[in-house]
Amino acid sequence: MDIHEYQAKKILSNFGVTIPRGGIVYSPENAENKAREIGGSRWVVKAQIHSGARGKAGGIIVCNNPLEVAQATDKLLGKKLVTNQTGPEGKIVNRIYIEEATDIEKELYLGLVFDRSSESIMVVASTEGGMSVEEISKEKPETIIRSKIEVAVGMQNFQARELAFGLGIEPDLIRRASDTIIGCYKAFSELDATMVEVNPLVISKQKQILALDCKMSFDNNAMFRRSQVSELRDKSQEDSKEIFASDRGLNYVSLDGNIGNIINGAGLAMASMDMIKLAGGAPANFLDVGGGATPEKIVKAFKLVTMDEKVKVILVNIFAGINRCDWVAEGIVDALKKIEIKVPLVIRLAGTNVEKGNKILKESKINYIEANTLEDAANKAVAALNK
Amino acid sequence: MTVLVDKKSKIIIQGFTGKMGSFHADEMIKYGSNVVGGVTPGKGGSKHLDLPVFNTVKDAVNETGADASILFVPPAFAADSAMEAADAGIKICVAIVDGIPSHDMIRIKRYMRRYTKSSKMTLVGPNCAGIISPGKSMLGIMPGHIYKEGRVGIISRSGTLGYEAAQQLKNLNIGVSTSVGIGGDPINGSSFRDIIEKFETDEETDAVLMIGEIGGPQEVAAGEFAKENMKKPVIAYIAGLTAPKGRVMGHAGAIVSAYGESAIEKVEILKECGITISKNPSVMGDTVKSVLEKM
Repeated sequence: MDIHEYQAKKILSNFGVTIPRGGIVYSPENAENKAREIGGSRWVVKAQIHSGARGKAGGIIVCNNPLEVAQATDKLLGKKLVTNQTGPEGKIVNRIYIEEATDIEKELYLGLVFDRSSESIMVVASTEGGMSVEEISKEKPETIIRSKIEVAVGMQNFQARELAFGLGIEPDLIRRASDTIIGCYKAFSELDATMVEVNPLVISKQKQILALDCKMSFDNNAMFRRSQVSELRDKSQEDSKEIFASDRGLNYVSLDGNIGNIINGAGLAMASMDMIKLAGGAPANFLDVGGGATPEKIVKAFKLVTMDEKVKVILVNIFAGINRCDWVAEGIVDALKKIEIKVPLVIRLAGTNVEKGNKILKESKINYIEANTLEDAANKAVAALNK
Repeated sequence: MTVLVDKKSKIIIQGFTGKMGSFHADEMIKYGSNVVGGVTPGKGGSKHLDLPVFNTVKDAVNETGADASILFVPPAFAADSAMEAADAGIKICVAIVDGIPSHDMIRIKRYMRRYTKSSKMTLVGPNCAGIISPGKSMLGIMPGHIYKEGRVGIISRSGTLGYEAAQQLKNLNIGVSTSVGIGGDPINGSSFRDIIEKFETDEETDAVLMIGEIGGPQEVAAGEFAKENMKKPVIAYIAGLTAPKGRVMGHAGAIVSAYGESAIEKVEILKECGITISKNPSVMGDTVKSVLEKM
């Protein structure tokens, strides 16, 4: 789960990280007042969407008086911002963060992620803040320093100090920089985060160390014990079909193609998508109804896939184990009584009681194309598309 | 020797009296697995499916001599249960459960560092289908009948894709020595490398089929291990050719976030390690067959 910049900043400030003064607003009037309340002579108006690279998309505007702050807010609110991370449909701006402008002396990069090789938390830092970490590793890899943190004992002061000195921070500020790094580590480990990124982390001309922009993501599997974090979810930033899916226990990712998929198991779903591509088609979605593929889930899956107007063919691929094919077939027949399918439907069943399952489908009145293997299913789906 | 489980393995079910635990305990017993009891805290002393229920894993081990366990406890309590099994002296534990927080998995792995290699429990999963040694024992939730007895080892992150492979092999009259589902989570108990190493020394296995997917370093680590240390042939299929970067594809661990984690990159690296690639998921069986014929 992702959260907004202003929410991440609030969290980090609770862990001792300094952030510029700022506040969230929902209207231009509000924005003007907020700017006066914050004080100073320059402000930054920042569109809050779940994406980085907002600056390049026009989502960050520097203003010199409260009236400009109101105008900038007016310009951004309700707008769809398209960045290189949002996809062509962009993300809607419903919240604006007003922040005092910072006199930047130096921009640094600080990121924390899970390191899957060492099964520890990895802190990554670089003197090249302001660029994405991908750009840094491509263009200035020599500036990247890393520290692996042993989770059982947590991050130690010396580790934070090493990073701070590694970033070339002047001696007077080392203590403050270490506290900032440790604050980020604590936020990561205590809140079940999967990513904390402060980019840039800046040293201001006034010699403050400030988190100027930050992103945090959290482990969905841990939200049951992080109610304060899960409350920060902003559904307006998510794909409506993906919300429909996650509310119903389905794993769904919206894609660009036109062959809709209903499959049990994430690996089999990815494999089926691969077969579609090899057959010359393109999947409209990834959809895993779960290994069990219960009839209830199948009904929900058909609802979801038919919501997508791009879909021109539906491919169902179920490998039934403990849930037998005859039971799955009954689920499909039942689903098709409830939902009208206007596009060709290809069904491939495999596994336990496959003959019985195919017999049930044949004897029902449903209009479908039977397939036997993964390859056969993908070929038939692509052929149906071209008819 | 069979990898991880055999006919003699004494199995207990953690979360025995729950719906999932009961159902799959029954399936395992029907398959012929040697299930000796189960654990549900607070229900110790009672009987379930005609088998004894214990309050703690220690009690179960002391009374039954259990050496294997399978977890059907909810994700919030799964880490605790896995550590309890390790502490009680269980040798192999399969965690079926999907949804264990990654921070909990790291804690389990760190906890297990207190044991020496010889006394350390092997944890398989979570978010996996478990283990089957066809004709001997099943410590998992797979449909046992799709596995023919034989000499090919299977390691798969995905459950249903592992079934697909077993079925393709069976259709070609090729059997399986042991199939291990290592699960789809980013941090797991046993990696591809951990299991492939066991297959290399397993006298009942001639070749290994590795079914990976996008995300994480484990397929490549196994490939590098195979290149340096293995005499047995390895065949691999990597799912997720069409998966977009930065998106989680169902499995929490199926996300491309670094170089070498996409399907195309993994395939290239594995090829360099001398591994035979199944070019698509429909020919996993055929690819294994062609490798076996060359042996």
